[in-house]
Amino acid sequence: MIDRASPPIPEDSSLEELQSSLPIGRTIFTIGMTVLAFAFTGLALLPLLAILFAILRQGLPNLNWETLTSLPAPVGMEGVANGFANATLGTLIMVGIASLISIPFGLMTGIFLSEFSRDSKVASAIRFITTVLTGIPSVIVGVFAYAVVVLTTGGFSALAGGFALSILMLPVVALTTEEALKLVPISQRLASAALGSNRFQTTFKIVVATALPGITTGILLAVARAAGETAPLIFTALFSDNWPTGLSDPTPSLSVLIYNYANSPFSEQNELAWTASVVLVSLILLISVLSRLVTRRIIKS
Amino acid sequence: MMKEQFEPAGKPDSGKTSFVKNGFDADFALTNGTGENLWLDQGFTWLVHGFAYGTAFVLFWLSWVIFQQAQPAIAHFGLGFLWGSTWNIGELTFGALPFIYGTLVSSALALFIAVPVGVAVALITSEDFLPPWVRSPIAFVVELIAAIPSVIIGMWGIFVLIPFLLPMQQWLYDRFSWVPLFSTPPSGPSLLVAGIVLSIMIVPTVAAISREVLLVIPKELRSASMSLGATRWETIFRVLLPSGTSGILGASTLALGRALGETMAVTMVIGNSPQLNPSLLELGSTIPSVLATQFAEALDKLHIGALMYLSLILFAITFLVNIAAVLMVRVFGHQQI
Repeated sequence: MIDRASPPIPEDSSLEELQSSLPIGRTIFTIGMTVLAFAFTGLALLPLLAILFAILRQGLPNLNWETLTSLPAPVGMEGVANGFANATLGTLIMVGIASLISIPFGLMTGIFLSEFSRDSKVASAIRFITTVLTGIPSVIVGVFAYAVVVLTTGGFSALAGGFALSILMLPVVALTTEEALKLVPISQRLASAALGSNRFQTTFKIVVATALPGITTGILLAVARAAGETAPLIFTALFSDNWPTGLSDPTPSLSVLIYNYANSPFSEQNELAWTASVVLVSLILLISVLSRLVTRRIIKS
Repeated sequence: MMKEQFEPAGKPDSGKTSFVKNGFDADFALTNGTGENLWLDQGFTWLVHGFAYGTAFVLFWLSWVIFQQAQPAIAHFGLGFLWGSTWNIGELTFGALPFIYGTLVSSALALFIAVPVGVAVALITSEDFLPPWVRSPIAFVVELIAAIPSVIIGMWGIFVLIPFLLPMQQWLYDRFSWVPLFSTPPSGPSLLVAGIVLSIMIVPTVAAISREVLLVIPKELRSASMSLGATRWETIFRVLLPSGTSGILGASTLALGRALGETMAVTMVIGNSPQLNPSLLELGSTIPSVLATQFAEALDKLHIGALMYLSLILFAITFLVNIAAVLMVRVFGHQQI
């Protein structure tokens, strides 16, 4: 049998010292800071809930097939179908143009940063410039598109709007593509090269194919960002109350419609702006959730 | 003489046979090749380089175009534009001071509110105050604000936030009208509201990056502090926050860059008055807001030039702020290693 020596029983005074609670000042500090931190977090959560609540409360009652499919009615007309289908179409057209320009450039830049000369000076310079590009205010990009497209072609157009949006999407696509490609293990590239494929084949058939879900996520995020932009569109694509007539004509978009109609003195236009917000926010949240699902699939596999 | 043998090496299926025939070929195929295979490879390399340089070129192109377009105003006003305080389209006198003041003050106000709130969110979502299944949804919801288009936040500002804040602004005016910052009667839209809306929009940036910074601080630091008898908040203030300082500063700087350039939400709640007034309760204007409201209607060459000059100033400020932010976050990365 092992003789278990019972631990020495401390003197009463030292036990008390060990068990004594924190000095009152430190306790108050702990509780006070915890309460403050939770209060601030609540304060941070409040605006999102308030915004979503306001959009749904004001926008949902008018959301029906008619608003989704008809043109904005002239102010003061009763009994005419009122909607914003032209703006939805315009947003899709301009985001489409922007994707056509920015996806090839962004994808290739991402490939360059990850697959070609990853640690060279040129690559880090281009990575730095792309990072700086993400921080340029969207209104400045609008000014640039105005100078490059509107001033040279002589008019506001869907092309100018799409061009502006493409510059906002470009760095997002490029940097997320790079991140996605970097996650592909080096051994896969070596294996591909060892089987005799060249750089083109290794890059497209192995690396890009493996990283495709990640790249898709990046593109979706960029599309979501572009769809909600207003500042680069108000003086490049302008607005119109009719259907988009061509790529070189002023084109309506959901975001500019919301801006114009929210500032309008007519309450029916304000209501239409709220309803358009429901459509725009659901579009963007849908894309965001979609990109999350794509990412989750990568993690699972 | 080797040509026929390593040319099909490009196609994986036939590549095997060439390896079997002669082991020597593989060595050559890596370094020295001609024909279709090489052409494709070379072309691809050039293409990738071309697109990558194209992306980098955009930044230079953009700076050059804006600088070029601002020339009429730069030639006409010179540097005095920066501290000129009248903006009169009819008389073609333009000065940037009211807009620079509005931009800097609204952004400073936003940082003042957003940094404590953002860091608090980062702490709540990185410490173990709450079980993990509550923490990550909180982080997700806070970051979701960044996904909401700024024009919608602006509309919410017009119809919900301005009426809600009016009594508070009135109270500030009633009690503190002797302070120059609160010296004018409020009418609804104001610099103060713009600052508050901006803070809502940049909290996600501060919170998300600070959270990442706090999560990568080595566990040993926290354990050491706790084992010496420090409470949780003493650990946070004396160990965690100091070791994450450069990262949190980087996050705040990045947020500042976003605040300076934010356009729509500010335009909709600031009132757009080109008068210079130190009061926060007065209508104001920022560089982005004046661009958004005047660009589409600008006809005179000098007016467009002055707006381009304003864009150039904003571009220069945000450019410097962003570079500072990137460098600060990078410094934090080096500290960790």
